[in-house]
Amino acid sequence: MHEWALAESVLSAAQENAEKEHFKTIKEITIRLGELQQIEQDIFEFALKELAKTEGKKLKHVKFHFEQEKSMLQCTRCEHTWGFDEMKKTLGVDESEAIHFIPEIAFVHARCPKCASPDFDIIKGRGVSISSMKGS
Amino acid sequence: MEPRISIINKRLQNVKRVIVVASGKGGVGKSLISSGLALHLSKKGCRVGLLDLDFYGPSSHIILGVHDVFPKEDKGLIPPKISGISFMSLVFFTKDKPAPFRGGDITNVILELLAITQWGSLDFLIIDMPPGIGDETLDVLRFIKKSEFLVVTTSSKVAYGAVEKLLVILKEQKIPLLGVVENMKQGSSSIIEDEIVSRDIRYLGSILFDTHIEDAIGNTDNLLKTTFMKELAVCFDRIFF
Repeated sequence: MHEWALAESVLSAAQENAEKEHFKTIKEITIRLGELQQIEQDIFEFALKELAKTEGKKLKHVKFHFEQEKSMLQCTRCEHTWGFDEMKKTLGVDESEAIHFIPEIAFVHARCPKCASPDFDIIKGRGVSISSMKGS
Repeated sequence: MEPRISIINKRLQNVKRVIVVASGKGGVGKSLISSGLALHLSKKGCRVGLLDLDFYGPSSHIILGVHDVFPKEDKGLIPPKISGISFMSLVFFTKDKPAPFRGGDITNVILELLAITQWGSLDFLIIDMPPGIGDETLDVLRFIKKSEFLVVTTSSKVAYGAVEKLLVILKEQKIPLLGVVENMKQGSSSIIEDEIVSRDIRYLGSILFDTHIEDAIGNTDNLLKTTFMKELAVCFDRIFF
C-alpha cells in the first residue's frame, strides 16, 4: 500500500514543523485528502496510527482529522471546469490507478470534456496535504 | 503544508551516491550514458538504481528493453529490477503516452516519485535528466542535496554552447561536478577538452561515435558488448573505482 509512504511523509513534515514551533507534543493533525489521489482513508488512517507509535515521542497522543476535498480541474483553453467524477467515466481501471499513484497522470490519460485539450490545471483536490496542526 | 519534501532525505538515506547525468543540450546521449553507466556499475557488483526524470522524452526503458513490469506496492513503490538495476520511470504510469506537464506539475511529479519510491540500500542512484536548466534541474538541486553532476556534451560547438550554460550554473552554485564526458566524438579535435579544462572542470574523456549502438538498443546483453560500453568504462572507472 503506497498510502504508507504518504503517511510517513505527513508525520515527518508534522514533526519538522513541531520542531520549528517548539512543540513538545503534537495534539492533532488535520489532513486534507484531495479527491484526485483517491486515498483510502481507512488504510491511510491505519498507517498513520501505526507509524505514530514508533515515529517519536511527540506523536504519542496525536489525533488525526480528515477533510475530503472535491477536485476541480479547469481547461486553460476554454476555461471549462469539471471534476474527477466526470473524468473517471472516461478512464480505465489502470489509468485511474496510475492517477492514484501520481495525480498529474491525469494530464496523460484525460482531456477537457468540452474541447478535448490536454492543457488544464488542477485547481483543487490534488492529493494529500496537512491543513493544520495543534501542539503544545 | 507540503508533506512530501521532508521524507525525501529518509528515502535516500541508504543511497550512498546520487549521480545526476545532465546536459544543457538534448540529443547528446544522456540516456544512453545513464543506462550504460548503471549497467556497468551493476556488472561491477554495485547496487544500482536508475531514475528517469526525462518526462517529455523518456528513453531509459527503451534502452534497457523494459516490458510488462510494474513497481511492487509495499509501503510505497519498490522499483522492478532490470538486468540487476532498480529502475523507476514515469512510463510505468503513462503507458508510454505523452505527458504534457507544465512547470508546477513537473515539481509535483518529482516530489511524488521521490516520496513514494522505496529504493532500499544502493551504492549508486543514477538520475537520467532532461536537457537544460529548467524545472527538473532546479528541483533536483533543491530536493536531493547529495547530488553529484556528471555532464554530457558532444563535440559539436552548438551543443557545447548550451552545455556551457549548465556548467556555469553548477559552478556558480558550487554543486559537486564530477566532470564532463564528450560523447559521440568524431575526429580528433581537442576544442571541447580545451574549453572544459580552461573552466577548471575535469574532462572525463571521450566516447567515439559507435555506428553499431542502435543494434544493441533494448538488449542489455548486447549493449554490454559494444565499443560504446568499453569506452564508457574507461571514462568512468577512473572516478568511481
